[in-house]
Amino acid sequence: MAEIMYRDALRQALFEEMEKDPTVFIMGEGIAGRGGSYKVTEGLLKEFGSGRVVDTPLSEATFTGAAVGAALVGMRPIVEILFVDFTALVMDQLINQAAKYEFMSGGQGKVSMVLRTQGGAGNGLAGQHSQSLEALYYHIPGLKLVMPSTPYDAKGLLKAAIRDDDPVIFLEHKLLYMTTGEVPEEEYIIRLGQAEIKRAGEDITVVTYSYMTLKCLEAAEALAQEGISVEVVDLRTLTPLDKGTILDSVEKTGKAIVVNEAVKRGGVGGDIAAMIMEEAYDDLDAPVMRIAGKNTTIPYNLELEKACTPSVEEIVEGILELL
Amino acid sequence: MAQIVPAKKQAGKNMAPSAVDEKILIGMYRNVYATRQFELQCIELYRQGLIRGYLHLYLGEEAVAAGACASLEVDDYIVSTHRGHGHCISKGADLKLMAAEIMGKATGYCGGRGGSMHISSKATNNLGANGVVGAGIPIGCGAAMGIKVKGGTQVVVVFFSDGASNQGVFGESLNFAAVFKLPVIFMLENNHYAVSTPVEFSTGCCELSKIGPAHGVPGICVDGNDAVAVYRETLQAVERARSGEGPTLIEANTYRHGGHHVNDPGLYMDQDVLAEWKGRDPLHMLRGKLAESIAEKIEKQVDEEIAVAIEFAKNSPEPSVEEFLASIQE
Repeated sequence: MAEIMYRDALRQALFEEMEKDPTVFIMGEGIAGRGGSYKVTEGLLKEFGSGRVVDTPLSEATFTGAAVGAALVGMRPIVEILFVDFTALVMDQLINQAAKYEFMSGGQGKVSMVLRTQGGAGNGLAGQHSQSLEALYYHIPGLKLVMPSTPYDAKGLLKAAIRDDDPVIFLEHKLLYMTTGEVPEEEYIIRLGQAEIKRAGEDITVVTYSYMTLKCLEAAEALAQEGISVEVVDLRTLTPLDKGTILDSVEKTGKAIVVNEAVKRGGVGGDIAAMIMEEAYDDLDAPVMRIAGKNTTIPYNLELEKACTPSVEEIVEGILELL
Repeated sequence: MAQIVPAKKQAGKNMAPSAVDEKILIGMYRNVYATRQFELQCIELYRQGLIRGYLHLYLGEEAVAAGACASLEVDDYIVSTHRGHGHCISKGADLKLMAAEIMGKATGYCGGRGGSMHISSKATNNLGANGVVGAGIPIGCGAAMGIKVKGGTQVVVVFFSDGASNQGVFGESLNFAAVFKLPVIFMLENNHYAVSTPVEFSTGCCELSKIGPAHGVPGICVDGNDAVAVYRETLQAVERARSGEGPTLIEANTYRHGGHHVNDPGLYMDQDVLAEWKGRDPLHMLRGKLAESIAEKIEKQVDEEIAVAIEFAKNSPEPSVEEFLASIQE
């Protein structure tokens, strides 16, 4: 198996799906000639032409709305929004249009679109380019939400998202694009709604997703040296949520921590913690803990920025506290 | 405030317009009359409690939808608005399914899930009404883009209003459509009120068709109460769009015959101006172009059709709460 970067895995998924299905096309800012800020769409223009790889004006609300309309006439559009922060500009089209069309039309039309974007802190991009806003979309009925942590997952899930009949928010993390992992030559798909146990363990369950998966695996490795066995559940898809994998793990370990980079208040971690307490209370030997980002705008300064998001040390400490 | 006067602006043609085929006139009158009568019946149903929520009436504006849709082929698309009954009817909706939807019945176009404000009809390529003013404009551009990527020949007419012209997506969409030469017609129904705010108080450029050229889109102004004039201008825009020449903005000047919705008496409207516009009722203007016997025949057919539609809707079942709850996924 070849070892490739996360961004290359995403590009492979786009290539394969565009080659297979002529209704797939992609729109975004600087995605064609430039190949995207993170080089995910590099080479697509040459292969598929400007009709299907479209550099748009800086009009996020309009080209996201255009994806809704294109889907309604039988296309499978993909839009790229440069930063998840900028999805604030497209909220009406996502929340009131894309998410609701199938329902409000009584199933007459489906919005089979993917909105790719990226979030997260760590590159010194400050307050408007570093947020983790998944909770906004997690909250909305009618949207699916995917946040892969590895190249293998990124490719298999993006292919599934493109083929899905519902609107899918595909949320990448800017610190993952250059990470590497094994991706097979042969075609594969990862069904939406399937978590994966990235590391099996007996003593405690850590539920996480996206970039924080890497931090949790580091924490688990460090604790293994001390004889503590941590199970790391990578959700991969937040909506639909794979409750079964979470609850099976909690049944085994009796303890759970949910780790996410986004601010704690009103977050995905709190929802998952509540779900575990509602559905697996009898399995729990301790209250479910949340480890999350600080309640702050992300600052520019490197040391201040680092202080905002959960560190490996913080995760290790949390696990030790709960045990 | 500035005096609101009926638009007398013409489309700037030197040639005298050729006669419109009688079939087109008949089709347009059928739709104008059907929209008028359907909505008058809806008001009654609303008062009886058989329609709930918001009911935004198109009374007085019927010629815009009828004229625009008369220029379209069956498989062309439209994008409608919250004030969308006229668009839905003129694009060929089945009045039974429409009445049932507006009454929230299981047999309605959307199974009772959308209602008046969200009605759509896949069978007639009506992509739907919208509860967010202006939100349909980019959706229409996207439909046109999808058609273009597929290599199709259809066009899209996006209906919206003077109120929507103040949304950011309007300017964005004009530019977007111009950049990609999309087969879309922006049909701006200037009914002179955004809810209760007169257009003169809400825009710095009251000649809304002029917003088009600033974005590279031809802008045309037409008397929106004259179905024939709307038809002629839309037909030209449709031909432009179909031949790959890109979008057109058409400002159709018209006037609401009442308030913003069925429960708004519209007391803020200047009653003299309203009376003047009512004197140019689009229904009467178009009826005058047909022989009395033909008009009467159409009216009789439509009256029967509406009566059947309302009976159908009244007798239709409510959607099942059990089935609805069972369909919800966590």
